[in-house]
Amino acid sequence: MKVTDKDVAYVADLANLDLTAEERTAMLRDLNSILDYVDRLNELDTSNVPPMAQVSDRYGVDESKQGSERFAYASREDVLEGLRKSLPHEVALENAPDADDHFFRVPKVIER
Amino acid sequence: MDLTSLTIDSARSAVQERKITALALAEAHYARIQKEDGQIGAFLTLCKDRALEQADRMDRLAAEGKPLPPLGGVPVGIKDVMSTRGVRTTAGSKILEKYVPPYDCTAVARMEAAGAVVLGKMNCDEFAMGSSNENSAYGPVRNPRDLNRVPGGSSGGSAAAVAADMAVVTLGSDTGGSIRQPASFCGVVGMVPTYGRVSRYGLIAFASSLDHIGPLAKTVKDAAIVLRTIAGRDPMDSTSAEVPVPDYVADLDRPVRGMKLGVAKEYFGEGLDDEVRQAVESAIDKLKALGCEIVPISLPHTPYAIPTYYLIATAEASANLARFDGVRYSHRARGVKTLSEMYRRSRDEGFGAEVKRRIMLGTYALSAGYYDAYYLKAQKVRTLLTRDFDEAFRKVDAIVTPTSPTAAFRLGEKSNDPLAMYLADIYTVTADLAGIPGISVPCGETKEKLPIGLQILGKHFDESTILCLAHACEQAA
Repeated sequence: MKVTDKDVAYVADLANLDLTAEERTAMLRDLNSILDYVDRLNELDTSNVPPMAQVSDRYGVDESKQGSERFAYASREDVLEGLRKSLPHEVALENAPDADDHFFRVPKVIER
Repeated sequence: MDLTSLTIDSARSAVQERKITALALAEAHYARIQKEDGQIGAFLTLCKDRALEQADRMDRLAAEGKPLPPLGGVPVGIKDVMSTRGVRTTAGSKILEKYVPPYDCTAVARMEAAGAVVLGKMNCDEFAMGSSNENSAYGPVRNPRDLNRVPGGSSGGSAAAVAADMAVVTLGSDTGGSIRQPASFCGVVGMVPTYGRVSRYGLIAFASSLDHIGPLAKTVKDAAIVLRTIAGRDPMDSTSAEVPVPDYVADLDRPVRGMKLGVAKEYFGEGLDDEVRQAVESAIDKLKALGCEIVPISLPHTPYAIPTYYLIATAEASANLARFDGVRYSHRARGVKTLSEMYRRSRDEGFGAEVKRRIMLGTYALSAGYYDAYYLKAQKVRTLLTRDFDEAFRKVDAIVTPTSPTAAFRLGEKSNDPLAMYLADIYTVTADLAGIPGISVPCGETKEKLPIGLQILGKHFDESTILCLAHACEQAA
């Protein structure tokens, strides 16, 4: 077993999830089964293979250009409302579960 | 005239020539939804006011004798992962049950600017995570061909609505096969464009380096019309490419004679259903009869695609879904005392089992001590998988495969075995990882009358070739 109860608790904590006891048991089983399957990647020698984080740095760009030059078309001046008007304050607050006239309201942040 | 069996061109010209009104066309689709969707479950939200207002606008244009835009008056559906201003957008999740976006997704805005009438929002697996539409917090979608079977996923509602004539076309999203696999299961056309071809602005992110928006349609031509409408650079998405958009519709009739089609043995191995194999092989024979040259190729890293996909997609998802914290727009748990408790309880209550599983897997793969072994390893294998395609496309113009190893399976058949469900995407995840375009076109039926799909994969930014080949298959059928 790769993942233990302790790992499940640790990862749930990182992910801001509590999970019920039942969910933790199921998670332990599922993560181990998936990670066992994923292990087959180790059959491949990738020591000289570069990682690929995205597609758009290679395809659909001018490969003769280097670095940020390649993406010059996607850059713009860093100015207020450069692409579109910002959302009005009250519109941005409309979906909030709790807000006053100006801010999102949340429970207290400091625990003691 | 049967108002709910029209294609884009037949609907648009009927409205243009004032044989019908766009209002009547929209109403006919709502009537059909009313009649059929109780048992199918394809729509989550209807936006009748918005639809009728747009229909009226198109009718006034037609009355004035002005030319309608390419989708003028055409009733469409939008997968509920695309933001629609003023219309609830849930992503199939309880955590966004009450979310009403303040802006429109670029693809939706382009559809409406082209005259499309948005009927409503389509059911899907929660945050597009699933292959059967059984992960929706609002209940499953059923396959119109057989109500005991799944429509595929995650764009199950989008596929089922087109198959059941409740919309002329729909938009779906594809991260690991979520447009092509349900298109195949429901007997419609579904296309994933090249990564960067269609803006992702306003698409609720699942895995940003893999997410694509694309059409589901009754015909290849309709898919081409929709792609032409939504494709092209959008400054609101920095990964949208600055590559000219060809006229996909004009390109449909290009001759396929002389095109080289790769057939990779890795896509015809263990696990492929016999009836699916026969239907796909007979479709390949038809293309050969039309003058295509069949070239045996190898994509040797294919067996590593699913593990690569599930590490990368879940890692990106764990980061993307961190935004649902109960502060700005998502569900907030009641009776919580501290901020940290609020985050946890809100997410616990709001997310379903599969979403939690993927967040956990992704968080694990990114966590200290495991990053190199899992996430980085998967990124390296992604390079190898992409090189397989680069290599193959030096020899061939397109690659033909089954879309899915089986036809539609039964509801509940795989829902307790996440790994078995993941393997339903075995032939589709590779295109998303490499960023190449793919299309699924119906190519036959099983003895039980379940649709089978042929998948055609193309070079980066060469949607024209695969649309043209799919069109040829459709015409030959």
